[in-house]
Amino acid sequence: MLGKLSWAAIPFYQPLPLYAMGVVGIVILAVLGRVTVKGGWPYLWREWLTSVDHKRIGVMYLILALIMLLRGFSDAIMMRSQQAIAIGGAQGYLPPDHYDQIFSSHGTIMIFFVAMPFVIGLMNFVVPLQLGVRDVAFPVLNSVSFWLTASGALLINLSLVIGSFARTGWMGYPPLSELAYSPDVGVDYYLWLLQISGVGTLFAGINMVTTILKLRAPGMIYFRMPVFCWSALTSSILIVVAFPILTATFAMLLLDRYVGMHFFTNDAGGNMMMYVNLFWAWGHPEVYILILPAFGVFSEVIATFSGKALFSYRSMVFALLAICILSFMVWLHHFFTMGASADVNAFFGIMSMIIGVPTGVKVFNWLFTLFGGRVVFRTPVLFSIGFMVTFVIGGMTGVLLAVPPVDFVLHNSVFLVAHFHNVIIGGVIFGALAGYNYWFPKAFGFTLDERWGKASFWCWLIGFYLAFMPLYVLGLMGMTRRLQHIADPSWRPLLLVAEAGAVVIFLGILCQIAQLYVSIRTRESRRDLTGDPWNGRTLEWATSSPPPPYNFAVLPRVETIDAFWEMKRRGLTAAEPAYETIEMPRNSPIGIVIAFFAVLSGFALIWHIWWLAILALLAIAVTVMVFGWSENREREIPANEMARMERVRLGLGRPA
Amino acid sequence: MHEWRCATLDAPHDPAPGVRFVPWRVGSLRWVVVCAASLLASCHQAGVLDPQGPIGSAERLILFNATAIMLVVVAPVILATLGFAWWYRSANPRASRKADSGYEGRIEFVVWSIPALVVILLSGVCWIGAHRLDPRAPIPANVKPLEVDVVSLDWKWLFIYPAQGIAAVNQLVVPVGTPVQFRLTSATVMNSFFVPQLGSQIYTMPGMTTQLNLMAQNVGDYPGISANFSGDGFADMRFIVKAAPEGDFAAWVAKVRGAGSALDMTGYAKLAKPSEAVPPTTYRAVDPELFERIVDQTALDPEKPRAGGAWSPPVRQAGG
Repeated sequence: MLGKLSWAAIPFYQPLPLYAMGVVGIVILAVLGRVTVKGGWPYLWREWLTSVDHKRIGVMYLILALIMLLRGFSDAIMMRSQQAIAIGGAQGYLPPDHYDQIFSSHGTIMIFFVAMPFVIGLMNFVVPLQLGVRDVAFPVLNSVSFWLTASGALLINLSLVIGSFARTGWMGYPPLSELAYSPDVGVDYYLWLLQISGVGTLFAGINMVTTILKLRAPGMIYFRMPVFCWSALTSSILIVVAFPILTATFAMLLLDRYVGMHFFTNDAGGNMMMYVNLFWAWGHPEVYILILPAFGVFSEVIATFSGKALFSYRSMVFALLAICILSFMVWLHHFFTMGASADVNAFFGIMSMIIGVPTGVKVFNWLFTLFGGRVVFRTPVLFSIGFMVTFVIGGMTGVLLAVPPVDFVLHNSVFLVAHFHNVIIGGVIFGALAGYNYWFPKAFGFTLDERWGKASFWCWLIGFYLAFMPLYVLGLMGMTRRLQHIADPSWRPLLLVAEAGAVVIFLGILCQIAQLYVSIRTRESRRDLTGDPWNGRTLEWATSSPPPPYNFAVLPRVETIDAFWEMKRRGLTAAEPAYETIEMPRNSPIGIVIAFFAVLSGFALIWHIWWLAILALLAIAVTVMVFGWSENREREIPANEMARMERVRLGLGRPA
Repeated sequence: MHEWRCATLDAPHDPAPGVRFVPWRVGSLRWVVVCAASLLASCHQAGVLDPQGPIGSAERLILFNATAIMLVVVAPVILATLGFAWWYRSANPRASRKADSGYEGRIEFVVWSIPALVVILLSGVCWIGAHRLDPRAPIPANVKPLEVDVVSLDWKWLFIYPAQGIAAVNQLVVPVGTPVQFRLTSATVMNSFFVPQLGSQIYTMPGMTTQLNLMAQNVGDYPGISANFSGDGFADMRFIVKAAPEGDFAAWVAKVRGAGSALDMTGYAKLAKPSEAVPPTTYRAVDPELFERIVDQTALDPEKPRAGGAWSPPVRQAGG
């Protein structure tokens, strides 16, 4: 009846995750209780959970990313503490089977449920506003995407208390991830939850590509799009091309595990090398899916806060496109040590280095944008400068690792761990936080506190260097990754420094929380009444903060790059425009309903509860059909109603 | 072992007469220098930066060269970023502001050329290095190379010396100055055979073999590890490489032959069971077919025909 599920699935022998989940459970219950007492459910349901507004969905993605950042960071600091303690003969406080789950879930969470929701959330919120349109191409699908991502996040947290998570590392290489070596449900959790959230991500990519290609304000030809939109376009194209590879690869591994096939097994012709190749054929584009939108954020932030147009817009766009294409030609550099011939290794090494050219061009162009500018040091700028300094170091160590003979001695070492944290924290996370600080006033109508923001920046920056520079050195000393305990006592000082770095990063996260809290408390004094708090250049600053549900009452007409800057230069038109009747999508519960059944079916498949799996999958199909045939999906805003709302909004929101 | 403390830290600190205070910048600068020095000192202690053979030395040289080539660009970029950002801060009245620049072909050309030139230079390093240091390429030497077959097990290393007819677990003794030709496979999941001070690592994978050539130039004990996560006992999957003079190696072989048990198929079946932190052991004799049978995945089932009879996958060489 319940498949493999029994009381034995609750890890009573591991009190730590149970306590953690106990605390989380109490917090969740407290929040839900408060919402219920205050009667907030109708509001939440109407305005958020069923919303198909790209801005609301973007914000929900960011909330998901921030919550999961806390989870992923707890894993990180547990790992660092274990490695700081378990040195010499000591075994530390985490036995191998627990430690192995922690580093696996840390990687999975940080990539799929922190970095991805962060960049997708930013794209969701910003791109339609920058394009000067009212929503994404498929608003309901957008809601489905978000809720499927959230389903994956829910399942990975469920694995803490019911069963266990994978002990294979976040890449899940077979044969270790095959039934013969990982018979428990850990790998099944990993595979199913990523299949579910992967579908959501693919939908999000399709949606974004369609939006950018088909919906742009009148006059916004491709070469007038803001660079962030270009970065979103290239990143989304990578999602559309790369994620199906991951889904297919995981499907093969699932077939191995569930019906005894032999794609990647040791015997009967299975070939684990195929998994490794396929995984990285997705995995390498994936890192560019994450970093390209971050590049877009920095381009916007540096231009805005230098008071200058981005230097060499065309170069920036071509560099993005070049990276987009090249990122599919370098996957083999993740396993030079697999024994491929020298020609193959050298080819992929050189291709990997070539990506350094467009990336280098981008760095130079940011540099020239700063040159001769009037740089205002707000929090987003600090993150951008911190990024430029940090990222070139990460890029340098990345190119080092792209040289096969160097990789032969540094592959899988903590030097590699330091390298990719260098580019992911110094690139993606700094970009996400810069974007968060930059666009927050647009989303909520008030700016974030600068003092706490700057404090959080310095903690992140210093914490990063303290935590990962020692790992570069340890990697050169021969320390490999994923060690539950460490034999060489001479590595202790550096591991303690790394631990201290993790603590400083934690302070950075606390500052972030304090920043949010303080800003909400003092929001009345920090209202953004103009809609343009930073003297922005692109169209999102042309509407009020927060924007009305329809973003723009009348779609702006675009004649140049930096359209809003040009409008301001010419002087805003004072006359009231002629309003027209518009149609907006209605709210839809389809996303959250599908997500509910997706969680059920995922859980049932993980635990081999077949009847439930079939019912839940059927329910998803029925939901899709019911909503697919419903006619009443849009609501009309008549011209006179629009004019009334606009007068109210402009009268209140913007001094005429 | 490595001494972490630095002499300057312990030196008595008496400021020169007349100096009233040490500005914090100087203090922190000294702290940074001391830290950097200790970091550098610890690098030399062992590992990749302390190679003991030609492969490791060549790889370290490439590491240094590539870093130097890139620093030529990276260091000025970092300085320029900090410099530009600071000089062009909005509060600096002395900075001259530039208007938005249009398309400037010459700057554009330079901007694309600098990284392109660096990459062209590095590509040469990469191409030549990848070929010279191909793990399969034999190391030129006047002596006949030693052959060693390596098997990764859960969670220990088995080293078979086919010419000598002996085997050892978690202990690899090699003669100094003699190239060692490794054939590697795995009896379980993927691992990576890695001796940081000798150079290149290579994956071990079940059902196939990989090849690696290494040589130790100096006498010593060098730690070896698995560098690819393989399960719960992974952290203890360590072995010691003892690089001994030619004569000592011969003596060791003779000693191993004279004592201990033989590694036959039943002995192997026992060894193959998962175990952790296994102390080094030796076997006076080894079944000559053992390695091939492990690659074939028939070692644990001696009745199973090696090839022919039932369908079995062809033995593959990893990579292409």
